[in-house]
Amino acid sequence: MPEHTFRLNGRQVAVDVADDVRLLWVLRDILGVTGPKYGCGINVCKACTSHLNGKAVNPCAVPIKNLGPTDEVTTIEGLPATVGADLHPMQQAWIDQDVAQCGYCQPGQIMAAVALVHRAAEEGREITDSDLDGIRNICRCGTYFRIRAAIKAGAEKM
Amino acid sequence: MTRRALENTGPEPDGPALGRRRFLGYVLAAPTLLAAAELAPAAEAAADIPSPEITELVDLNDVMTAAALPTSGLITVQVHKDGTVSFALPRAEVGQGITTSTAMLIAEEMDVPLEQVRVTLADARPELVFNQLTGGSNTTISTYTPIRVAAAIARARLLGAAATELGAAVTDLTLEAGVVTGPTGRSLGIGALAEKSASVRTRQVAVELKPRERFTVIGRPHGRVDALDAVTGRKKFAMDLDVPDAMPTMVCRPPTINGKVGSVANADDVRAMPGVTDVAVISTGVAVRARTFGQCIDAVRALRVSWRPGSAAGKSDASVLEELRAAEPPLGPPPLTPSVEATFTFNFRSNSALEPNCAIADVRPHRAEIWSSLKAPIVAKEAIAAKLGLPLGAVTVHVTEGGGSFGRKLFFDAALEAVEISRKIGKPVKLMWHRADDSRQGRTHPMATSRVRIAYLGNTVLSYEQRHTSVATDLSHGLGEIFTALAAKLPVGDIGFSETFFQLSQSMPYDFGANSRLLNETDKGFNTGSMRNVYSPDVTCARELLVDRLASEMGKDPFRFRRDFLRGDRSVAVLEKVAEAGNWGRPMPADMAQGIAFHSEYHAVSAVLVEIDCRPETVNRPIRNGVAGPRITKAVIAVDVGLAVNPRGLEAQMMGCVMDGIALALTSSLHLRDGYFLEASWDNYFYTRQWNTPPELEIIVMPTTTGKPGGAGELGVAASMAAVACAYGRATGAMPTSFPINHGTLSFEPKPTVPPIPESPTDGLDHVR
Repeated sequence: MPEHTFRLNGRQVAVDVADDVRLLWVLRDILGVTGPKYGCGINVCKACTSHLNGKAVNPCAVPIKNLGPTDEVTTIEGLPATVGADLHPMQQAWIDQDVAQCGYCQPGQIMAAVALVHRAAEEGREITDSDLDGIRNICRCGTYFRIRAAIKAGAEKM
Repeated sequence: MTRRALENTGPEPDGPALGRRRFLGYVLAAPTLLAAAELAPAAEAAADIPSPEITELVDLNDVMTAAALPTSGLITVQVHKDGTVSFALPRAEVGQGITTSTAMLIAEEMDVPLEQVRVTLADARPELVFNQLTGGSNTTISTYTPIRVAAAIARARLLGAAATELGAAVTDLTLEAGVVTGPTGRSLGIGALAEKSASVRTRQVAVELKPRERFTVIGRPHGRVDALDAVTGRKKFAMDLDVPDAMPTMVCRPPTINGKVGSVANADDVRAMPGVTDVAVISTGVAVRARTFGQCIDAVRALRVSWRPGSAAGKSDASVLEELRAAEPPLGPPPLTPSVEATFTFNFRSNSALEPNCAIADVRPHRAEIWSSLKAPIVAKEAIAAKLGLPLGAVTVHVTEGGGSFGRKLFFDAALEAVEISRKIGKPVKLMWHRADDSRQGRTHPMATSRVRIAYLGNTVLSYEQRHTSVATDLSHGLGEIFTALAAKLPVGDIGFSETFFQLSQSMPYDFGANSRLLNETDKGFNTGSMRNVYSPDVTCARELLVDRLASEMGKDPFRFRRDFLRGDRSVAVLEKVAEAGNWGRPMPADMAQGIAFHSEYHAVSAVLVEIDCRPETVNRPIRNGVAGPRITKAVIAVDVGLAVNPRGLEAQMMGCVMDGIALALTSSLHLRDGYFLEASWDNYFYTRQWNTPPELEIIVMPTTTGKPGGAGELGVAASMAAVACAYGRATGAMPTSFPINHGTLSFEPKPTVPPIPESPTDGLDHVR
């Protein structure tokens, strides 16, 4: 079985697994990193949203062979370390706004939110309502309004 | 004797006039303090008073609460040496916030910090009989008193032990923030008292509860106790558990609802695929077990199976609608006075949660262990034991945190299936349904019609009749057992589970003269289950739309008409509140309108005002792989639940209810064609998304009224759906009669049914952003 190596939450990891197994299952089933959730398996619900080299990625749609040794995958577990703190400001905003209900989608929501704020910053602008309308992550508990409030609050602290 | 029992604090507002009620409970023999609750018998509902309003005598929650009473004494609060207080809640937490509200009840009654209270979910406990079913928004209603009684007994024991240790009278002690302080200033943490306050034998004791005016925790907003775990990925759902050798498992399912396996052409080839360990035919399809779920998906897709027809062969939305029309109970004779009348259609909807159906099962020859989010774990345990031919005691059922429910987790389809697979292949399995399976073969909220007629004369409404006709709702998850056991106490005569549920959950909030509501069910060929708020969203939506029409016929404003006819101060108050906060009657541009609606249930009342934008540029705004449609631009909801234990949690529930109501009215439904549902993805089933979310949302929790908590988890769905429907009717000038309003337009390309699940994408790196 081929060995694949990449960086995960700041550490180099290696796994022996077939080339076409999607990153989500490498993370969850082989490495035991369960923050990214399964919600659809076809890059629609965005519950597995994580970061690849700092940008939002959906591991359910990435064959492991597509990752190179220097590719940095960050899951919700590794998000605080990206700012050298116990909690990322977006996670703190989530707690302050009491966003989560069941919480199943929230790791993906937070990772999508952080990437969105970075993207807007790179474009030299603030988050707009249109940006928020464009977030595709599903929350079946319907806590969308608090998600919007938390993203705005978290962005201020980033 | 507790400190409070010795003080003259006057009668509790919700208690009898001659002093506060005393409650009996136990201190159980245990190494550290273990207190348990026992309840005084609940007031019996009067069963012999004829009335069209059954819910005024007894409603669904009274039945569930009464069912819970005889065994509630078995719930226990334990104090540990590290100063923590633990409680195993015999309910399922699926996002509704009951672990938080339960911790608040204990913290309040014991005067310990909330952070020291650990609430976990109890394994299935058959000895609890009816008292481990999460549904009907009943958790807080039925556990509010027993949990506090157990906590109060623990508090009294701690004070008693501290009195001995500190050489002081109990009356001279204070217990604050988990620390007992004596008159000299010496203090002891409750952890230091955990053993000393324990009992070597079980004793019955009496206790009084903290009066409401002294509450410092209950009634104040609090964030969820699991918020940190949720935002860090530490919160564990069933699929996140690491059970030894429980490898990923999925099932290749039939192309039609409940189809059966005929034969499998290539089982050996699939068994040889990378990562695959097992392939086995089971009652619902062909199970595959592999090293990863990704390899399960590939294996499921590779299987070549011939299928036998299912239980809904050839059926479609149109054919089911014909069945419903044929089964509709007749209305009374045509009224001699003016009347309004309409029939509404409500299409199939999915109660899929984001966490799909899933369960871990480890079945051995003489025992079985199951992990799953289950709202009826006792029934699940009994069903599993029966299926395996094992004694009940040989089956352990762990209730895991749930990733949403919306009614879905009342059933245990995945747990039963996982058990079947584990037994068949002789290995532990971690079973997960693919999203496509969850949508197409999972349970649905049944399609229904509702016919309403209201007769009036002048300014008086003479009668209200509603005939609700539905594809049969499966209630075989335990609620049925509750009804059976208590049927003799119910003033509903000899009627079935569903009709009982219908009568107990539906009520007439308006002064509409003689009124009758009847349910008839037909067609048991579908996998159904109740969805959040069960019958109420459809029944209420139909009623409120016709109330708008009636108001129009009588030349009255929809808000003022409702206010004039609503019964009860609490009802009028929430309606007036949303009208005021939402600026009812403000001028709106063309194609935009307000809608207002009311609903009462669970000993609570709710009113919703929304504003809708139906302008073409809004309706037709481009959304990739989604539905735009009319947008709710503002929603205001006011709720009076009697007493909100955690207003912040209640607000969260109402937010979700509003989002559900928007989806039910405008966008979300299943389309039935040729015996299967077309939807196989979250981009097919249009639950509310960010682009449908109201930019303005105001949630108003009314001040405490009854002093007793009502139900909250489902309360806001019905009025939200109805308000959106009413607003849509007013904006477009035509009352909608089929829901959701976009059902007639198929807004996606249906995925194939063979193979039953879609291929995993490979282009993820093209969409990194």
